[in-house]
Amino acid sequence: MPNQQAESILQVQGLKKYFSVKGFRSKSKNQQVKAVDDVSFTLYKGETLGLVGESGCGKSTTGRALLRLIEPSGGTVLYNNEDILKKSPREFRKVQKDMQMVFQDPFSSLNPRIRIGESIKESLTIHSIGNRNEREEIVMDILGKVGLRSDHYFRFPHEFSGGQRQRIGLARALVADPSILILDEPASGLDVSIQSQILNLLQELQDDFKLTSLFISHDMSVVRHISDRVGVMYLGKLMEEADTDTLFSNPVHPYTKALLSAVPIAKVGKKRERIVLKGEIPSPLNPPSGCIFHTRCPFAMDVCKQVVPEKVEIQDRHTVACHLYS
Amino acid sequence: MEQPLLEINNLKTHFKTERGRVTAVDGISFSVEKGEILGVVGESGCGKSVTAQSILRLFDEKYTASYEGEIKLQGENLLQLSKAEMEKIRGNEVSMIFQDPLSSLNPVFTIGYQLMETIRIHQNRTKKQARQMAIDLLRMTGIPSPEKRVSEYPHQLSGGMRQRVMIAMALACKPKLLIADEPTTALDVTIQAQILDLMLELNEELGMAVVFITHDLGVVAEVCTRVVVMYLGQVVEEANVEELFTTPLHPYTKGLMKAIPQMDGDRSQKLNVIGGTVPALNAIPSGCRFASRCEFANDLCKEKAPDLQVHEGNHKVRCWHYAEISNKEAARHA
Repeated sequence: MPNQQAESILQVQGLKKYFSVKGFRSKSKNQQVKAVDDVSFTLYKGETLGLVGESGCGKSTTGRALLRLIEPSGGTVLYNNEDILKKSPREFRKVQKDMQMVFQDPFSSLNPRIRIGESIKESLTIHSIGNRNEREEIVMDILGKVGLRSDHYFRFPHEFSGGQRQRIGLARALVADPSILILDEPASGLDVSIQSQILNLLQELQDDFKLTSLFISHDMSVVRHISDRVGVMYLGKLMEEADTDTLFSNPVHPYTKALLSAVPIAKVGKKRERIVLKGEIPSPLNPPSGCIFHTRCPFAMDVCKQVVPEKVEIQDRHTVACHLYS
Repeated sequence: MEQPLLEINNLKTHFKTERGRVTAVDGISFSVEKGEILGVVGESGCGKSVTAQSILRLFDEKYTASYEGEIKLQGENLLQLSKAEMEKIRGNEVSMIFQDPLSSLNPVFTIGYQLMETIRIHQNRTKKQARQMAIDLLRMTGIPSPEKRVSEYPHQLSGGMRQRVMIAMALACKPKLLIADEPTTALDVTIQAQILDLMLELNEELGMAVVFITHDLGVVAEVCTRVVVMYLGQVVEEANVEELFTTPLHPYTKGLMKAIPQMDGDRSQKLNVIGGTVPALNAIPSGCRFASRCEFANDLCKEKAPDLQVHEGNHKVRCWHYAEISNKEAARHA
């Protein structure tokens, strides 16, 4: 578990990703979607940072931008005190060995005509780890660690169930022995009984491999279970960030409060006061001025419509971007 | 006792497949009272959606599907009705909404057109009246400025709005029973909260019974009054919602509840795992269907399939040892 003195491993400052949208009717105007707008956070060694938000909030884009699967439009990402966004493709390859990604649907990221052992081995070949014989052994070893058998090496992706495929996804990410793992909805789309298998496995692997991870999910209860700290995103911005227990017991941003209160709880007789947000997430093409949440916020004031709130630290390791607290 | 609105007796739904006949729903029985919200929960492949679609006989009976048993709607067995008679039930008496509203809406017609079509098929209305009704229905489901929205196309609406349109369409003929098949699964939690609230409101206002099919136990706890838990084509437990969540009896139900990460309480404990996977439908075990994944299973479970038995009142469970298991667990905690 990280403590206050834990050293930071990845520092993200002002990360931006704007997609330009060519107007279908308006030929002259080039509009921009600010999918990720000025997001900053730090990953500390050994911790799991959860990133939650609803669809379209930019959480997946953030994860992909860190690995430059989508080239960010701005900001800096410091890894080992070097800005990895400025590295050449050749130099960046070394970073990629240390930072790996697990996707929601591993089936669509596995080549259906290549045996999964070979798929996993590819990563070793690319990063020139070991010789031919050693590589096979490393892959067999990693298969065992994620709860698969070594004879699975020779099977094809279609022969596996959803839960097993996610194990393959994990094996492929871990085989190059990374230090940072970016997990994009790794347990969504699985049944609860399988989801719990994968979450438990993830926790074991994190201890085994001493991983630092960024866990992206829309599921609050899963994020609560697995993360040490949590960041809440809305429409491309980071709204609140705190230690997991603090965030879930004492959320301060109105959006976080509403989001948490909307999660159905599998218990009876424990009806909480639910804050039902009116309306829907505004179009990112035409985001509201000032605080982007003000159109749905029950506490919106005049200042919210005009001024973008700054991130403030209201408590140790608890930051929020809201005018109510500045 | 008053006659239940819907009574399903020993329903079986068979499908012809390349690998022989499979029975996706194997002898389920439950009833739905007037005005109640019955939850049907289970993981993928448990037959909950097949059950829902069987009630409306939506499968192709000529080539692929065949039914056995009884589905009685107010005493009338739907499985014995002719095609034309069945048409009158669908939409009028029983309506259905699906998980993905975009694929159930026609992209080339306005939502108003599609709503009016539904109204005019079932009721004798002029176009003008139907349009007014469509606007009223949209307003009832909480769509802002329905006069404008009525002439928009499905792609112009968001996911939550589309689901509202589907609900409006299902309500067009004031059905007595609404079957909702994972209506909020594709939606974000804040939008899900809006739709659940809407469904509770409509259930209260219109006195319409709802069969709510979902995999999410949290949603069940929020909206349902009674719950049926399904596993591999069978009902394994049935109870009032309070009882199910306070004293679940079947090992599967218990396992499921402990497998969900909680929003409060201790985070340091590992999640409960139900080992293994659901057996395939063409390789159903001969004994208890859950035996291969059950930590309490013994020889009896592997040989002989248990029946659904009454525990207390309307709490039913399909397990040989549920009483022992509960005692053992109580002893472990003491």
